[in-house]
Amino acid sequence: MSDATGNNKTGYIAAGLSAAWPICIGYFPIGLSLGVLAQKSGLTPWQMAAMSLLVFAGGSQFIAVAMLTGSASAPAIVSTVFMVNLRHLLMSSALAVHFTGVSRRFLALFAYGITDESFAVNLTRFNLGGWDRRSALVLNYAANATWVVSSVSGVYLGQLVPPGAAGVDFALTGMFICLLVFQLRGPIFTVTALIAAACSLLAYLQLPGNTYVIVASCAAATIGLVLKRTLRKQERTS
Amino acid sequence: MTSRDFLLLMLAMGAVTYLPRLLPLIMLSRRTLPPWFAEWLELIPVAILSALIAPTLFAHSDPRVFTIGKVELLAAIPTLLCALKTRSLAGTVVVGMLCYWGFGVLR
Repeated sequence: MSDATGNNKTGYIAAGLSAAWPICIGYFPIGLSLGVLAQKSGLTPWQMAAMSLLVFAGGSQFIAVAMLTGSASAPAIVSTVFMVNLRHLLMSSALAVHFTGVSRRFLALFAYGITDESFAVNLTRFNLGGWDRRSALVLNYAANATWVVSSVSGVYLGQLVPPGAAGVDFALTGMFICLLVFQLRGPIFTVTALIAAACSLLAYLQLPGNTYVIVASCAAATIGLVLKRTLRKQERTS
Repeated sequence: MTSRDFLLLMLAMGAVTYLPRLLPLIMLSRRTLPPWFAEWLELIPVAILSALIAPTLFAHSDPRVFTIGKVELLAAIPTLLCALKTRSLAGTVVVGMLCYWGFGVLR
């Protein structure tokens, strides 16, 4: 973790891999369980590999497998996947400031690996400063490799792995909590986080699927921005 | 479903997943954003993280109901304290996993 700058030729690879491990620990059991589910719905290991490589978005893959089992139509599956993954628009937008003047080729390679988890870790690293874009790319692909390997393994292993071994189910939540703490860079950030939590819960209980993420984040960021600007105006006038 | 149909379906799923990941990066990394939009985007990460965590801690998933009795919430308290105190990602993840596992066994 000390070598986050990646000054030498291989330093950025090591930095990317060492930042990726909480994601990999978290992905493994999820990938396995996806594979188990896929195997039950009659998917072959190759089909699982194709899906994990081409789509690489956990939640939507679970939904797609479930819909395939229920023999839903292709347009229904594709539009559901689109809706579920639309939240990446926001993450990609927030990351964009750290990629000014970067080649389209690099952006095309990087965009593929933007997930909730890789976004959160990369953005935190960029904000801390000195995070090499190549390390960010390595992190994305380490997470992707873990995802492909674990989901395909799941198809083979079936139910051999006991659920909930050693608290791995909490790895991603633990990581999100810590990254959230890193993001609390002032009172307005804390207030926005609290508003987002409340909005998210409300939306989660009221809306279908995972639209709650996009709805709550947009609402909370907007309220936070209005609060921030209002307070700034008051300070100026008083 | 034939292999060809399956592959076509995966390609379509891949395309609708990839484009929202790519387009903002390409469009926004090449221009100066208006200040209000830059400030809004600055608040997005904290909002997304909080929005992702909240239902895990405060709601059951099937059916979706509010609760304050989840092991996840209990484990989140020491995890949060650890994050605030140590500011170490590795340490926090390990503490979180151990607490979640331990509390799960105790219950």
